[in-house]
Amino acid sequence: MFPIRTSIVVFSAFIFISACIKLEPSAPDSNNVLDGPLAELNHEQMIQHMHGDAAFNDAIFTSENGLGPVFVANTCASCHAGDGKGHQFTSLTRFGQSDSTGNLFIGKGGPQLQNRAIPGFLPEQLPFGVPFTKLVAPAVTGLGFIDAVTDADIIAMADPTDADGDGISGVLSVAILPSYVIPRNMAIPQNGYFICRFGKKAGAYDLVLQTAKAYNQDMGIISGYEPVDPHSNLAGDPEITAQTIQDNVFYQKTLKAPLARNQNNSDVISGKQIFINIGCVTCHKKELKTGHSTISSLSEKLFFPYTDLLLHDMGSDLDDGYTEGSAKSSEWRTPALWGLGLSKNSQGGNYFLMHDGRATTIEQAVLLHGGEGSKSRSQYNALTETERKKLLIFLENL
Amino acid sequence: MKKYLFLILLQLVILTSFAQVDTSLFKTIAKDTSYKNNLMNMDAVYSRPFLNYSKSPVSIGGYLEANYQHLGTNGISEGHQFQMRRMTLFIASSIKNRIKFLSEIEFEDGTKEINIEFAAVDFTFNPMINIRGGILMNPIGAFNQNHDGPKWEFIDRPISATQMLPATWSNVGFGLYGKKYSGNWIYAYEVYLTNGFDDRIIANNANRTNLAATKANKNRFEESPNGEPLYTGKFAIRNRKIGELGLSYMGGIYNKFQIDGFNIDKKRSVHTFAIDFNTTLPVLNTKLIAEWAMVVVDVPPTYSQQFGDKQYGGFLDVVQPVFKKQMQGFHNAVLNLACRFEFVDWNVATFRETGGNIADHIWAVVPAVSFRPSQQTVIRINYRYQQQTDLLGNIPLRTGGFQIGFSTYF
Ligand code: HEC
Ligand code: HEC
Repeated sequence: MFPIRTSIVVFSAFIFISACIKLEPSAPDSNNVLDGPLAELNHEQMIQHMHGDAAFNDAIFTSENGLGPVFVANTCASCHAGDGKGHQFTSLTRFGQSDSTGNLFIGKGGPQLQNRAIPGFLPEQLPFGVPFTKLVAPAVTGLGFIDAVTDADIIAMADPTDADGDGISGVLSVAILPSYVIPRNMAIPQNGYFICRFGKKAGAYDLVLQTAKAYNQDMGIISGYEPVDPHSNLAGDPEITAQTIQDNVFYQKTLKAPLARNQNNSDVISGKQIFINIGCVTCHKKELKTGHSTISSLSEKLFFPYTDLLLHDMGSDLDDGYTEGSAKSSEWRTPALWGLGLSKNSQGGNYFLMHDGRATTIEQAVLLHGGEGSKSRSQYNALTETERKKLLIFLENL
Repeated sequence: MKKYLFLILLQLVILTSFAQVDTSLFKTIAKDTSYKNNLMNMDAVYSRPFLNYSKSPVSIGGYLEANYQHLGTNGISEGHQFQMRRMTLFIASSIKNRIKFLSEIEFEDGTKEINIEFAAVDFTFNPMINIRGGILMNPIGAFNQNHDGPKWEFIDRPISATQMLPATWSNVGFGLYGKKYSGNWIYAYEVYLTNGFDDRIIANNANRTNLAATKANKNRFEESPNGEPLYTGKFAIRNRKIGELGLSYMGGIYNKFQIDGFNIDKKRSVHTFAIDFNTTLPVLNTKLIAEWAMVVVDVPPTYSQQFGDKQYGGFLDVVQPVFKKQMQGFHNAVLNLACRFEFVDWNVATFRETGGNIADHIWAVVPAVSFRPSQQTVIRINYRYQQQTDLLGNIPLRTGGFQIGFSTYF
C-alpha cells in the first residue's frame, strides 16, 4: 500500500502544480494583435469563422494536395502572417498591362508571375521588357467592414474631375464581374461595370473573387470558381471545395477591425489633428459606415479605416508602368491605415510599406507621396520637428 | 474548482496503479553488471530488462509511458490532457549461440500508430564483426537507438532528435557493427544500408524541411521510394572512466527522380551529421547527455525557401541525483533534479529577396524533478517553456506548462 505521507506529498504537489497553471504564457493584449474575430459573433458564426481560420492559416498546400505546379507561396498565411501585412519574401509580381486596354499576357503567363515551382517543374520567367509591379500583401483584418460599405457612399467620396478644386480627385475602379461573383444588393453599376474595392488597384470586386483568385494565382490551386490552371492554361478538377472558399471568405469578413492604441495620449491627439490639418484625411478618410449586413456586428456600423477606397494618381515615382482594370499605372487605391503601427509585427520586425514595400519607415512612406499626394507631402515637410514626431506617433498607434 | 477534482481523480488513478501483481511466475534476467561498463548507445536495444518464462529461450519486455499535461501557447490552452504516449513490446530470443533476434513493436498515442521499430537478426562472428539484417534503427545521433522512455527524465522527447532528425527512425536494411576493447577504451562502429527518405521531406504539413515526414509513407518497409540506399555510419568511442562520444552520418538520395526508367528530376541528396556525448561527472555524479546534429538537403532553388536547405540543433540534458536511499520500501530509490536545454534552427539561410535572416527556430528549457523508485521506473514532473519564432522572425509564440507522468519497463 501507498503510505499516507506519500499521498499527502503527491497531493500537495498536484495542488502546487495546478496553481502553476498560471505560469503559462499569457495572451498578448488584443489591441496589440491584428488577428481575432469580431466581438459579437453567435455560435454558428464562430464555427464557420474557425473553419475559415483553418483554411486561411493552417491549410498547407504541397505537391501532394495540389500546390502549383507553379506558385508563389503555399498558404494564405505565408503572405498574410497573423492576418497582417506581408514580407518581400512573398511579394507578388504582376505584369503585362500598361493601360485600360487590358492585359496582353492573359493565357501567356499573365497577369501574375508564378516565380516558384514544385520539384521537376520550372517556374515562370518575367518576359523581357514587359511592364510589371511588385506587391507586398496587405493586412486582411477588418475586411468585413470594408466589404459592407455601400456603393452610394463610395460614389459620394469620388471626385473624378476634382470639382472641389483641392487638387485631389479620387476615381472609382470599375470592372465586369466573372459569372460566379454575385453583385451586392446595394450595387450601383456604372454603365454595366461594377465598383471594385479590394486590392492595391482596387481591381477585385469582393472577397470571393479575391480569394478564388488567390488560391488560383498565388498557390496554383484551382476551384470550381477559377478552374483554369495557371501553368497549363487548361481547366481541371477542383482542388478545393466551394465551401472552403466560402468559409475562408467568412473568416476574413468576421475578423475584427484593428484597434487603435493610446488614444488618450496627448501626442496621439495632437498628431491626429495634424493629420487632419495637412490634408491626409482627404484620401485617408477617417470614418466610413457600413450598410445593412446579415452579420449584426457589421450592420450599419461606423468604423475608422482611414481610406476612401478610391484610386489616386500618386505621381511618377510610384508609377511602375503596370496596371489592372480601369486604373492608370500611376493610380493606387488609398490603403487603410488602421493597424499601421502593428504592420511590422507580421513583417519580421521591419516595416515594408507602400504597394511594393519600398518604404521601411512610416516617414519614408509619407515622403513617397507624389501626384495628388504631393500637396500634403509638402505640408508634412513644412511641419516642425515636434509636429512631425507627433504625427508619426499618431500613425504608429493606429 | 473543477481543476482540483481532476487532480484528486488523477491521484487515485496513480495510487491504484501501484496495486500488487503476482510477478513470481516471471523472473527478470539477471544482468551481468561487470558488462555494464561496456555498454554503449549502440547496445541500447539489447540492454533492456527482459522477462523470461521458465526455461523458454524467448524473453519479453516492454515499456509504457503515460502522462498528464496542461500547456498553454500565448494564452490559449488545450486544457487538461491525459496522454498514453506509447506502449512498446520487445520480444527477444537467442536462436543459437551466436544468432539472436529482437523485435520492438510500438503503439503510439493509443493505437493511432503501430510501428515495428526494430525487428532484426544479429549474427556474431567475432566482437569486431556482427551482421544485422531486418528492420533496424539507423544509428544517427544517440537518441534514435537509445530512446526508451524510462531512460529519460523528460516526458517530451528532444525536439532536435524527433522533429529535425526523425527519431524513432527505422528502416529495412542490413549492415555490420563491431567493437574493439583496449584497456579502458572501447571503439565501436556501425555501418548500414537501408531504405531511405522520400519527397515528403520538402512537401509536408510541417511546412518546413522535415525528415520525419517520410514516416507517413506506409510503404517504406516494403519498397524503397526511389531505389537508392540510405547510408548510415557511426563511429563511437567510450572510456569507461570518462564517457562516450559518437560521430555519425546518414545520407543518400531522397527524391523520386525516375519513373519507369525515365528521368523526371535530377537526383537530390540529403545529408545528416550528428555528434553525441554522455558522461557522468565525478564527485557530484552529475549526468550530462548531449547531442547536436545538422541536416543538409538539396532543395531545388526554384522551390520555396519556406523549405530550408540547412537545419541544425540539439539538446543538453543535465541530471543531478539529489539523494539515493531506501525509500518507501524501494531499495535504491533516487530523486533527481534535471534540466533540458534544446534548440533547433529549422531553416539556416537568408532571404534571397531581402538578404535578411530566415528565422524559423525554436528553443526550450525544461526543468524537471524525477523520482526513480528503481532503475526501471521513473515518475517525472517537468515544466516546459519554449519559444517558436516563425520564418520571418516575428514575435515568437510562447508555450509553457506542466507535465507529470511516468514511464516504466515491465
Ligand atoms: C503569395 C502571397 C499571397 C498569398 C499566398 C495570398 N495572398 Fe492575399 N494578397 C497578396 C497580395 C500581394 C495582395 C495585394 C494584391 C492586389 O493588390 O491585387 C493580396 C490581397 C489580398 C486581399 C485584399 C485585401 C485588401 O485590403 O484589399 C485579400 C482579401 C486576400 N489577399 C486574401 C487572401 C487569401 C484568402 C489567400 C489564401 C487563399 C491569400 N490572400 C493568399 C499576397 C498573397
Ligand atoms: C492623394 C491621396 C492621399 C493623400 C492626400 C495621402 N495619402 Fe497616404 N497613401 C495614398 C495612397 C494611394 C497610398 C498607397 C501608395 C502605394 O501603395 O504605393 C498611400 C500610402 C500611405 C501610407 C503607407 C500605407 C501602407 O500600408 O503601406 C502611409 C503611412 C500614408 N499613406 C500616410 C499618409 C499621410 C501621413 C498623409 C498626409 C501627409 C497621406 N498619407 C496623404 C493616398 C494618399
